[in-house]
Amino acid sequence: MANRPVLAPQLRRLRRELFSSPGDGVLSISLIVLIGLVAIGFLRWAFGQASWAVIQVNSTLFAVGRYPIEQQWRLWLLTALLAAATGLSWGLLRASPRPDRTGTLWPRHDRLAVVILVLGALWLPWALRLAALIQLRWWLVVALLVGCRWAAGRFAAVLPSALRRLVPLLWPALYLLGMVLISGGLGLVTVPPSEWGGLLLTLLAASFAILLCFPIGVMLALGRRSDLPLLRWGSVLYIEFIRGAPLITLLFLGQNILGFLLPGGLAPERIWRAAWVLTFFAAAYLAESVRSGLSAVPPGQFEAARSLGLSYGQTLQQVVLPQALRVALPAMVGQFISLLQDTTLLSLIGLLDLLGTARTVMANPAFLGKSAEVYLTLAVLFWCCCAALGLGSRALERRLDPHTIPSAT
Amino acid sequence: MADTINALSNETIPWWRNRRVIPLLVQAVVALVVLIMIAFLLGNLVRNLTAAGLLLSWRWLNQPAGFDISETVLPFNAGLPYWRALLAGLVNTIRAVLVGLVGATVLGTLAGMASFSRNGLLRGIARVYVELIRNIPLLLQLVFWYFVVFLSLPNGTAAIQLPGLVLAKSGLYLAGFADGLRWVGPQLVNDVWQAPLRLSVEFGALLTGLIVYSGAFIAEVVRGGVAAVPKGQWEAAASLGISWITTLRTIVLPQALRVIVPGLNTQYISLAKNSSLAVAVGYTDLYSVAETTLNQTGRAVEVYLLLLSAYLVLDLFISVLMNGVNHLVQIKER
Repeated sequence: MANRPVLAPQLRRLRRELFSSPGDGVLSISLIVLIGLVAIGFLRWAFGQASWAVIQVNSTLFAVGRYPIEQQWRLWLLTALLAAATGLSWGLLRASPRPDRTGTLWPRHDRLAVVILVLGALWLPWALRLAALIQLRWWLVVALLVGCRWAAGRFAAVLPSALRRLVPLLWPALYLLGMVLISGGLGLVTVPPSEWGGLLLTLLAASFAILLCFPIGVMLALGRRSDLPLLRWGSVLYIEFIRGAPLITLLFLGQNILGFLLPGGLAPERIWRAAWVLTFFAAAYLAESVRSGLSAVPPGQFEAARSLGLSYGQTLQQVVLPQALRVALPAMVGQFISLLQDTTLLSLIGLLDLLGTARTVMANPAFLGKSAEVYLTLAVLFWCCCAALGLGSRALERRLDPHTIPSAT
Repeated sequence: MADTINALSNETIPWWRNRRVIPLLVQAVVALVVLIMIAFLLGNLVRNLTAAGLLLSWRWLNQPAGFDISETVLPFNAGLPYWRALLAGLVNTIRAVLVGLVGATVLGTLAGMASFSRNGLLRGIARVYVELIRNIPLLLQLVFWYFVVFLSLPNGTAAIQLPGLVLAKSGLYLAGFADGLRWVGPQLVNDVWQAPLRLSVEFGALLTGLIVYSGAFIAEVVRGGVAAVPKGQWEAAASLGISWITTLRTIVLPQALRVIVPGLNTQYISLAKNSSLAVAVGYTDLYSVAETTLNQTGRAVEVYLLLLSAYLVLDLFISVLMNGVNHLVQIKER
């Protein structure tokens, strides 16, 4: 870029940013050298010394744990349904026309996302040395996602709004269906939770906790701001108790003490215990985010709604919560991201989540000393999931903000 | 007039719509439900503990622990009682938290200030650091530092040697005073490093992980605080000819601290809680000792109560300390 005279403004900018003074120049050059050395060292390691067979051979294990092979079609079906629902929601969220602008079918960032998605679908199965049949399935899943995204964006305007409003309801329905598909029942062979593992378990625990902590957290936040002293102090006590304890001690409580607290045999499977602990843990943190959102809503809103004759429940549901949750959204998504990260702690209580699976793989003598490759892969995976959540949250934030008129990008 | 309204409302409003009755009723119902639940759980607890022969007792704390702790500040051996083991674990936790707090604050402040640097590259590095670290689970980072970085360090003469500091697979060796007031650096004796101060690689990995992770969050807190200072303050200082670093130190930071300190409080508490992940890298902190104690004695409830109260006290202590600091940095008006 630097040796093309056409880009003079860029060059000037480069000079201002990197070489505005002699000291600055020295700093920049040493940083560039440092970054170059690190990058070269890393690339040498990644393409020379590192042996990625440990990931390629165990890719199924990392994805679903010891889920029985003959039942894995259920997970494929679920993946396809999820891809379709994602495509639909994405299309409606980004490309649907709004009162203040006409929708663009493919905004710039979306085109970029699709390109990344397609390249990923082409490169990943090859890099993982997946069987041809499985590669084909991934291509179909990605094609379904992009196709649904296109269709939703294209026909959103034609769709009756009643139907459009049903799309968000797709997710809870899909979640219940997914539970059935994963665990069995309703005519499907039961797969016990002890056979779920890897990414499947991580995502399941995280999504379970995210879904359920939300109502509990909102109730706790309302309780903490309530006029009734008993509700207020109860909520405060719960929130501060949970927030004061490290998550690992709470998981410890779930694994070692829950059995004593419930009548014999009633304590759920270890995975569910951990998922419930995660839920109650996240609810306390979520309550604090929601509380900050609630305090951002002027009290006049509540009073006005009440004096118009709305009941307490209607006031909350129609007036206060929509405003409060919009304010609290960034903080809540931050909490969800850290919840997804916290699922790694399941490996400390002996569950085979992504990190737990990694530990069992590395205990295999065939893959001894391959920890760098495995941990790096997990880090990339987590990074992508968390960054995607963050991006999605920012898009949703802009979409929900009543003050800014979104540009067509 | 008021009496008539009162009389009217008392007559016509049924009790289930009375603003004075409803709150009491709601609270009574909630209290009843919670009490029944607690009674149910406690009843089960007592019944199950009795059946297991583990009714609440603290006498086991005086029995010899029977396990060793590899690295302690307080002297400890396997013959000492359980309470000494737990205490040693607590001191180990406090040691990790204290050093971690200082390190994370320094790193976070540097990274936070770097994001306001004039140098675009430095800004970019600060941004990448924060975005990279915050989106990767701490536990994953800890095991990475331990198994990938610290355990692949070379031993003996191949160890990383800096003036007064040697980093080897067997530990981190620091120069210090020995035999009275003689300054002694790390030295190789029979292919084994010796130094006045040795830290284990477990401690090193835990500290590195905690500092790097919390540093990213603290950097965001610092950045938010500095960004909250009006731009005019920078411009005024620049037009007076004050250098960038002096502006930051004497003008912007004192104002930013009011915003930063409450955020730091949250981060410090989560660092203290996160130190419990030490168990994953084999550093014997309070949680790790508690886990061993539980496995040996089966005293789940007692161990849990001790563990929880220790962390609550630690959090409370940090909170009180930071509230004091917060009091100091607030603008004093009159």
